[in-house]
Amino acid sequence: MLMMITALGAGAIFGAGLALAGMLNPAKVVGFLDIFGMWDPSLGLVMAGGILVNATGHYFVMKRNRPVFDASFDLPSSNNIDRPLLVGSAIFGIGWGLAGYCPGPVVASLLLQPADMLPFLVTLLAGAFVGRWLRS
Amino acid sequence: MEIAWAEFTPAASFAGGAMIGLAALFLMLLNGRVMGMSGILSGLLVKRPDWPWRLAFVIGVIVGPFIFMAVTGAPIERQTVMSGPLVYVAAFLVGLGTAVGSGCTSGHGICGLSRLSLRSFAAVMAFMVSAVITVALVRFLG
Repeated sequence: MLMMITALGAGAIFGAGLALAGMLNPAKVVGFLDIFGMWDPSLGLVMAGGILVNATGHYFVMKRNRPVFDASFDLPSSNNIDRPLLVGSAIFGIGWGLAGYCPGPVVASLLLQPADMLPFLVTLLAGAFVGRWLRS
Repeated sequence: MEIAWAEFTPAASFAGGAMIGLAALFLMLLNGRVMGMSGILSGLLVKRPDWPWRLAFVIGVIVGPFIFMAVTGAPIERQTVMSGPLVYVAAFLVGLGTAVGSGCTSGHGICGLSRLSLRSFAAVMAFMVSAVITVALVRFLG
C-alpha cells in the first residue's frame, strides 16, 4: 500500500514536470529535434535539469543498503550494448520524431485530449506487446 | 542551424526537468524502482505481482498535468505535428522500439544517464540520432 502511494506521488510529480517543461507539446519536442531548421534547445535543459537532480541524489541514495519501502533496489543488471538495444532505440527514435511523443507525455496527455491520445496509447501498447514477444 | 528564440523556454524547461529528476529520485529512494515510463507501462501487459504500484504511477502521471494547471492557473499548450494514419504508425514504433530497446527518454535518458550507464548512453545516442534524422527527412520530403 505504501509503495502504491509513493508511486502515485512520483507519477504526479513526473506528469506535472512534463507539463511545466513543455514536453506535452509535440510541436516543441519536434522543434528540439529539428536541428537543421529552427532549433528550440529547451528540451536539452529538461534533460540537464533532470539528470542534475537525479544524478546528484542517486549518488546519496546508493549509499543506502535498501530503499525505504522495499527490501532491495531493483536496478538493471545488463551492461551489454547489443543489437536489440540499438535497433530498438533507433526504431523508437523514428516514432518519436514522427509524432513528437515519447511514452511519458503520451500517458500524461491521456485525459487532456482523450479522443486522440487513448487510441495512440492503445497502439503504443500493441507495439510494446509485439516488442516483448519478439524479445522472448 | 537557427535558434528559435521565440520558442525557447529555458527556465520552465529546466525547472520541469528538475521535477522529472526529483520524481525519478523519489521512486528509487522510496520504492527502489527505475522510473522508466515504457517499462512501467509494458509491465502492465503481463501478469506480474507488482502491477499495483505500476498502475498507481500511471494514474499519477495522468493526474500530474491537472495539478500543474490547478497550481499555476496556466493552460498546457499543445500543437500536434501530424494527423491521419501515420500517427498510429508512430505510436506503434514508439511501443515496439522501447520494448525491444528496453527503455525510452525517461528510463535510459533521465535514469540511465544519471547512473552513468554506458548501455543507456548508447541507447540515448541511438534514439536521438534516429529522431533527428527522422525530423530532417520529414522536413526535406514534406
